[in-house]
Amino acid sequence: MLKLKVNDIDVEVEEGTTVLQACEQAGAEIPRFCYHEKLSIAGNCRMCLVEMEKSPKPIASCAMPAAEGMVLKTNTEKVKKARKGVMEFLLANHPLDCPVCDQGGECDLQDQSMYYGIDKSRFKENKRYVPEKYMGPLIKTQMTRCIHCTRCIRFATEVAGVPELGAIGRGENMQITTYLEKAMESELSANVIDLCPVGALTSKPYVFEARPWELKKTETIDVMDAVGSNIRVDTYGWEVKRVLPRINEEINEEWISDKTRYACDGLKNQRLDTPYVKINNKLKPSSWDEAFKAVSERISTAKSEKIAGFIGDMTNMETTYAAKDFFEKTIKSENLESRYEKLYINTNVRSNYLFNSSIEGIEISDLIILIGTNPRFEATILNSRIRKNYLKNKTEIISLGDVGDLTYPYQVISNNTETIKDIIDNKHEISEKIKKSKYPSIIFGQSVLKLKSAPYIFEEFKKYLLENNKISDDWNALNILSKNSSTVGSYDLNVLSKNSSYEILNKLENNNFEILILFGQDNLNFEKKNEFIIYIGSHGDKGASIADVILPGATYTEQDGYFTNLEGKLQKAYKASYPPGEAKEDWQIINELSSFIKRKNLYKDKNQLIDSLINYLNLNNKNETDFVVPEYNFKSEKIITEEIDYYHSNVIARASKTMSECKNIRMSLPKTGTNN
Amino acid sequence: MAIKKISKAQPEKFEFNKKNKETADSIIKNYPSGKQQSAVMALLYLAQKQNDNWIPLSAMKYIAKYLDMPYIKVYEVATFYSMYNLTPVGKYFFQVCTTTPCMLRGAYNLVDVCKRKISEEENRLSKDGKTSWLEVECLGACVNAPMLQLNEDYYEDLDPKKLEQIIDKISNDEVPQPGSYRGRLSSEPENTRKTLIGNKNA
Repeated sequence: MLKLKVNDIDVEVEEGTTVLQACEQAGAEIPRFCYHEKLSIAGNCRMCLVEMEKSPKPIASCAMPAAEGMVLKTNTEKVKKARKGVMEFLLANHPLDCPVCDQGGECDLQDQSMYYGIDKSRFKENKRYVPEKYMGPLIKTQMTRCIHCTRCIRFATEVAGVPELGAIGRGENMQITTYLEKAMESELSANVIDLCPVGALTSKPYVFEARPWELKKTETIDVMDAVGSNIRVDTYGWEVKRVLPRINEEINEEWISDKTRYACDGLKNQRLDTPYVKINNKLKPSSWDEAFKAVSERISTAKSEKIAGFIGDMTNMETTYAAKDFFEKTIKSENLESRYEKLYINTNVRSNYLFNSSIEGIEISDLIILIGTNPRFEATILNSRIRKNYLKNKTEIISLGDVGDLTYPYQVISNNTETIKDIIDNKHEISEKIKKSKYPSIIFGQSVLKLKSAPYIFEEFKKYLLENNKISDDWNALNILSKNSSTVGSYDLNVLSKNSSYEILNKLENNNFEILILFGQDNLNFEKKNEFIIYIGSHGDKGASIADVILPGATYTEQDGYFTNLEGKLQKAYKASYPPGEAKEDWQIINELSSFIKRKNLYKDKNQLIDSLINYLNLNNKNETDFVVPEYNFKSEKIITEEIDYYHSNVIARASKTMSECKNIRMSLPKTGTNN
Repeated sequence: MAIKKISKAQPEKFEFNKKNKETADSIIKNYPSGKQQSAVMALLYLAQKQNDNWIPLSAMKYIAKYLDMPYIKVYEVATFYSMYNLTPVGKYFFQVCTTTPCMLRGAYNLVDVCKRKISEEENRLSKDGKTSWLEVECLGACVNAPMLQLNEDYYEDLDPKKLEQIIDKISNDEVPQPGSYRGRLSSEPENTRKTLIGNKNA
């Protein structure tokens, strides 16, 4: 520990901290543009100048390491004058266009010039002109506003792992650009918009939409993938204008993926805003009563075992729980399934389907093995953590099969299941590596759980890890990477066929059901024959197109709802706006449907539902051994990581114009040489 | 000096010839393994020499792949340094120094001559396509100001008339004598003066 004095306050800081961090610990605020906690230090904006005893000149506090016995002053006249000087230089070429700049109101330069700016300029020369740069469909540029902090360059190179941004030219003629103005090929690219301290990089889809002070801000969580990034949803009236990241060091740090940020315009398109009933083979808008009547007539005449329900990929846990209650109490059927493909899930203990190393824990992992997964597209934020680990520790990363550019180098080994057998039988070189490493992480993707030999792979690998003491109280090397935000929550609520068999899915394929209720489920793979399909959901997509009755529901920004992320964290999404038109919150639809069928509500109000849900989760600690591991055999097959359509992976993203644009651009891009 | 423009006409392919490839490999060997990117400046210079004194984009890509680094990093280096030419230059390439000492001794008169006799704009080929010119910063020959560099040689102690003669000679493919144009041997004092004694303005 180092002892310093900042403005006559004694502070003790750890070795390796900078003067700026030490000053912050002492409660002194330091203005800055280029410095950012999560990026490397550049020290080029010079705004963070402080005075240090025995130093003839003020020092740039962000780039100076703290040392024993330093005496610092941050509030003297000299410091203020120095910062004013720096600010004058920064403003010399910065245009006075705050009234038409999208950053206005949340601009670091604007805020800091309130303290350090001078009301008039001494520069008589013309301001610099920099041509606009094309950076893809998400980032709007206005490079005359750029103050060359290079945060965007550092972000792209370090965090996103796509070294495509750079500074060309020099001195006054320096310009930030992508190589020959190509779109940035990263799923994290739009984070540079948040990083930009001025209005040089702003959000293209949000351009001239609203001012920050007009927006209602709701802190909530994201459902585009199973990571559960913490976000802030900004709404103007009913409309969701934009999504911003919220800091959560355990999950998404400060970043969110482009899909999280820009799929929000999909909340406005393709919405189901009124109930529909199919009459004479044509869907006709109807009232809720008519729709409920149509549904309840069919349900009350059908045999309960001929009715099945499917939970969707973005369904919150309240809805899932209400659906479960609805099936158990109202219909008296057990045919409720949350999977849409035949995944092997051992529900004996919760850790069998969680990402046990945890998102934060992956940073200390010393060996990462990817089996049938492409984390870059399945969990972008998690991938950036793996990259962070790689950059810091040069961790060995191994993948079964080549899955393309992951933004970090990895070793490719054979993707045959034989490889796994060899590892388990201690015949593969990787067996030694696993044994030797202290914190290995074995990441199973959903693609591997789909295989015929999935039970063998999972159970034997788990046994192997247990034998080698890699699953213990302080480290669990077994990780399942779920793709969807509802997956883990549904498993927690036991929404699976009995003994997680594929009974319901098999019956669905064989068209054994008469009535299907889809709770926002659009990914089912079956051929419709004579089933009567009820779709409860928000968007007119695959599910609604085959439905006979459509009950319009709400999306994640329109209702409160719990989600469990891939590492098992229970988080709540808050209501930021209202469902459009006649649409209702999902649990309400189920509740009212139940009262239509049985003349009895499932719940008095939402609180009762939540109490009951939390109670269920607490009681159900998964120690009961009703799951029997099925008999399994080894089968030699190829583990093929399913390619996912990143920009179109769910109904909201498919309805989003921005996402479609991104997809088109990504597809038309020739492979650049960034991966060399 | 404004930001360097990239030539619109670009050759499709660039590759080091055999000799340059050997040189490049030996340059890379000067650096520890894994630090091969440090050779980028030397390799860019090699590429420039090979490709008629300018670097096309394909050469930058080639070097980026050669050194296993992102394109943009090579591009940054190439645009940063003024001595890398990113547009075709003449077979006879004039670089006129206009930094303070040369400027005081009339460098801008030389620039005017270049504008008149070669091309109106910097880095634009003359009508016969043989020459081009560029304003550059100090070339380190202030004692012989004003001066310019023609390809690899310095032409010093110039005035507009002498420069016109040089350009005329060049256009007939005659290479004029480099060095001082006031008859000095390198930068010796003029009028055989050995000391400053007696010089009023010294």
